[in-house]
Amino acid sequence: MSDSLNAYLILAGILFAIGTFGFLARRNAISMLMSIELMLNAVNLSIIAFGSFVEGLATDGSVIAIMVMAVAAAEATVGLAIVMAIYRNRRTPLVDEYDAMSQ
Amino acid sequence: MNPTLVLPWLATSTGAAAEPVVGTVAPVFDLLIPLVLIAPLIGFAVTALIGRRLGKQAHWIPVGLVVVSWAIAMVVCFTALTGGFGEEGHRVLLYEWIPAGGFSIDAAFVVDNLTAVLLIVVTTIGMLVHVYSIGYMAHDPGYWRFFAYLNLFMFSMLLLVLADNWLVVFAGWELVGLSSYLLIGFWYRKRSAVLASKKAFIVNRVGDVGFALGIMAIWVNTGTLDIRESLRLLVEQGDANTIPLFATALLVFAGAMGKSAQFPLHVWLPDAMEGPTPVSALIHAATMVNAGVYLVARANPLFAAAPSALVIVAAIGIFTAILAASIAMTQTDIKRVLAYSTLSQLGYMFAALGTGAFTAAIFHLMTHGFFKGLLFLGSGSVIHAVHEEQDMRRMGGLASKIPHTYRTMLIGTIAISGIPPLAGFFSKDEILGEAFKLGFPWVWFIGLVVAIMTAFYMFRLIGLTFWGESRVDPHVEPRIHESPRVMTIPLWLLAIPSILLGIALSWPGPPLGPLFGSTEPGLLHHWLEPVFHGAVEQLHHAESEYQLFGIDGALIGASVAVAAIGGVLAWRLFGVQLGPFRRQGRPEEVKALTARAPFLYRASLNKWWFDEVNDLLFIRIGGRIAAGLWWFDRVIVDGTVNGIGALTRRSGRGLSRVQTGRVQNYALGIALGLLVMAGSYLLLAGR
Repeated sequence: MSDSLNAYLILAGILFAIGTFGFLARRNAISMLMSIELMLNAVNLSIIAFGSFVEGLATDGSVIAIMVMAVAAAEATVGLAIVMAIYRNRRTPLVDEYDAMSQ
Repeated sequence: MNPTLVLPWLATSTGAAAEPVVGTVAPVFDLLIPLVLIAPLIGFAVTALIGRRLGKQAHWIPVGLVVVSWAIAMVVCFTALTGGFGEEGHRVLLYEWIPAGGFSIDAAFVVDNLTAVLLIVVTTIGMLVHVYSIGYMAHDPGYWRFFAYLNLFMFSMLLLVLADNWLVVFAGWELVGLSSYLLIGFWYRKRSAVLASKKAFIVNRVGDVGFALGIMAIWVNTGTLDIRESLRLLVEQGDANTIPLFATALLVFAGAMGKSAQFPLHVWLPDAMEGPTPVSALIHAATMVNAGVYLVARANPLFAAAPSALVIVAAIGIFTAILAASIAMTQTDIKRVLAYSTLSQLGYMFAALGTGAFTAAIFHLMTHGFFKGLLFLGSGSVIHAVHEEQDMRRMGGLASKIPHTYRTMLIGTIAISGIPPLAGFFSKDEILGEAFKLGFPWVWFIGLVVAIMTAFYMFRLIGLTFWGESRVDPHVEPRIHESPRVMTIPLWLLAIPSILLGIALSWPGPPLGPLFGSTEPGLLHHWLEPVFHGAVEQLHHAESEYQLFGIDGALIGASVAVAAIGGVLAWRLFGVQLGPFRRQGRPEEVKALTARAPFLYRASLNKWWFDEVNDLLFIRIGGRIAAGLWWFDRVIVDGTVNGIGALTRRSGRGLSRVQTGRVQNYALGIALGLLVMAGSYLLLAGR
């Protein structure tokens, strides 16, 4: 455990960047969902870090982190369900073939 | 409807009409007055629906119903003119036509003395023309259609004169315009007839715009469209009216100018002669064209309160009179001569209205209705006799071949020329005399000139048609025949009032009354006094003593003299065969005269180029302006609107390429946006 807030925030930033890159670069829908999870958890990490390093944010930070986890779980459920539904229709997990929205 | 109307006949009809009591009107009239115009309406509906199947029997229902209408109208008129309805007239409310809060229009009729006088003219001449048409239209394939239209016209005209509300008058006004249009274009395969009917409709529409605006002005000023109420309020408010009385009066007069064909809206009437001759007689000479005169006479308090408008009425009237008379002198189509003569006589009536001699105008309206109806029906009989030839240069010498037509038309001619003791003399002399005495010597002078011209062109017509050598097509010559009795009897029935009406209506007043020591006003003056006395008082016309051996005698002398001059001039040029007067026409002298004033001759022959001027003004110049405006609308207005549309569509199409439909492109957009936002925050906050 480091005593420095910056170390946690840098770690969170690196994780978030990895997640973003994964979301933008991977074509597989499941991988993109995983990238989203990574970004959410990066944010969660920064929140927990703020909670333990800043006076007065200890409880709030924990609460928000739990909230984010709950929302992330719900989002993952819904997201997976959507991906499954699309997969059944289009027989592919690759998002660049999901182009029904273009003209 | 009033429930007591259901069975009123037995209870009240016997004594009431004979012994009218002022203030109480027998309820039977609440039924009779609407019947006057409902009868022809039924005739129209029935004939229009089943007339085709009736074939040559189609005339029974419409003619019968018009006779019924005439008989009822006579009862109503007799009661009204003997004072049975009181001074204000009798009002019959049918139902409330347009109830809209403060704006309420009643379908109601009113019979006062002015309406009664008009009823006499309209129903009597209408009935005789219906009878005449049985003979005239006998061989026409559109027999039933003709009678249906005639009945529609009768209904419309009666609605117009009976209505007690401006809007109902306007409805009748438009309906007579419609029936006139239908009847002018009756022979719809003839191109000239169709064009003439369109011309009549469009020119009338110009005047109708004025009338409609006038009605709106009356509404704005008074808040009611009831004729008598609105006129009372208009005069009461005087200068406090929102829209000045002068403008209101002129707008109403614009409507009258259209229907009564006054300059510059006179161009439609001569062309209207393309219709069948009974139509010319009924609508375009005897009744419908009088609607304008009636309108101004009905609105007399309004005009009396705006004397400057009255001067304009007089000026336009007398100008139309001389203009039309000058054209009538050279026309060769027998019906066109009569058409221009009608214009000219209507001009007289408006001149009389304009000088404030309202009674004289109505007097001339009545006499003119009869003798001009007679002349037109006579011309129809002539045209029939020479097998649809209308050009007087191919007539001549018809007097002995169609004696009834000749004699009746001669009576009509003497009447219109103003030679005593026939009807036209009395009414025309009254117009001219009043104009002089009421301070309009210019109207009087021009009127005298017109009187010379009137006698001239009428005797020219008779000379060319009936006297002298026959110039009829030799193929037609042996087949010339007098019209059947169903046509000649209406001619004689019209000839009687053409002779006697003047004496009957002016007795016991001037000009004959004073000879026998009477100081009473004439019959027509007595009838119309309640209608016009307010206006006459407003105009401050002092009643001067009638001096048969003074000024009035001199004026009568002048009228008779000019009529005689005109007649003798025509005799010199076009011949005469009248009792002791015998003379051959001198075509070479006519030619010499026309050669001496070529401009005047050509101007008259070409109707002062009014059709050409209108063509230039409205078709060519107006058409150019319209085309220019159309270009502006098409290119500038539409261009702007369409341009905006096209721009939006094109830019939308360009921008739609951004929408790839791929999730990751959108996500990249979000990420880039986030970066920009975060970056700009850092930049701004870091400063």
